[in-house]
Amino acid sequence: MKRLLALGAAILTAAALAWAGSDDPAKTSGVPKPVITKAIKGEHCVEPNDFMRRNHMKVLLHQRDETVLDGIRTKKYSLKECINCHASEKTGSVAASKDDFCVSCHSYASVKIDCFDCHSTKPQGSMAMHPLNAETAHYAHKLAAQAHSKVSAEEMAGIAQ
Amino acid sequence: MNDMKSMPDNTLNSPERRRFIGTATAAAGVALIPGVMLFEVAHGRPEDQAVSSAVRWGMLIDATRCATGCDDCVSACSTENGWTPVAESQHPRQAPQWIRKLELQDPLTQKETNLPMLCQHCGDAPCIDVCPTGASFRRADGIVLVNRHTCIGCRYCMMACPYKARSLVHEPLNDTQKPDVPRGVGCVEACTFCVQKLDRGDGTTACAEACTAAGNDAILFGDMNDPDSAIAKRLRELPTKEVRADLNLDLSVRYHGI
Repeated sequence: MKRLLALGAAILTAAALAWAGSDDPAKTSGVPKPVITKAIKGEHCVEPNDFMRRNHMKVLLHQRDETVLDGIRTKKYSLKECINCHASEKTGSVAASKDDFCVSCHSYASVKIDCFDCHSTKPQGSMAMHPLNAETAHYAHKLAAQAHSKVSAEEMAGIAQ
Repeated sequence: MNDMKSMPDNTLNSPERRRFIGTATAAAGVALIPGVMLFEVAHGRPEDQAVSSAVRWGMLIDATRCATGCDDCVSACSTENGWTPVAESQHPRQAPQWIRKLELQDPLTQKETNLPMLCQHCGDAPCIDVCPTGASFRRADGIVLVNRHTCIGCRYCMMACPYKARSLVHEPLNDTQKPDVPRGVGCVEACTFCVQKLDRGDGTTACAEACTAAGNDAILFGDMNDPDSAIAKRLRELPTKEVRADLNLDLSVRYHGI
């Protein structure tokens, strides 16, 4: 009898644990994880990834005023250069489909992007014509290998803080 | 802060000093580092340096050479800046136009005059006076622009402009903008003197290039502050007028033969 009780308790505990486990919001939320595709051009971003994930909007805002008001068009933090590197190979854009670089994260974080009301989402010229493609043809195999790396929930939580 | 910054700039970049530095460094540069010098000359100013009032961009339009029926300047502007030509627009009365061709006739003498009309890039611009958000502004090099980040589309500037040079974008553009020329629904826009080309170091505008290519040479563009520039020389020789000179707006676009 005692044994039976112990078994019953064990089963109940296991069931409770399983239920609690399934309640983990990361697993049940149903929101698709952002798809972060590696930029076609170059090995790394102009700043470390962690910095860019938290601060890209700040550097873009600063650059925007310098460009519009003072005509300073340095490339490092320019939105145009972001687009040149991060435009998707498929759509040729950073915001045309839901898996494109900017849209993917922004829809996950539920933050509206206003940039592309006015700015083009595509690099200058067609993707085929764009010099970054000729320059970066040797990255094609890399792209295929790690095409869609999902970001972990912990990483996203880091961004939100 | 701005005053502090711009004052030494002005003294440093006085035309005499710039010319002297230009010749001196050009001589040195050819001998020492030709590649670097070519870059410097082509760009005019380093990429990370703000525009300064040492330059004042200006345009001279010779109406006597502007050909009847030619609108190459208008189509070149539309191609460079990505606005839909009015004839192709679904709503022609609302369609933005940065430059338009006027064909005028004196009712008394029947004399016909052709000229392109565009933003006159006033030194004392009424559009800047009336803008409630500070979105209309004049860049240090004399170009009057709309900062679309602050424009709320109220259209006061369109009413204030004596030249009807500004338009509001009524329709969403659906990602048809040029990468160099952001434009958007709900913002006012006008001729920018092809600011993207000037910042690149081209030193001219799409309309002026098109007019020269068409063989009319009616549009001359350049730095009015540089006494050696083609436009400054021509302005010294030729009698020119400002449109609505009575308003005393210190225009950057001057017309000959009107």
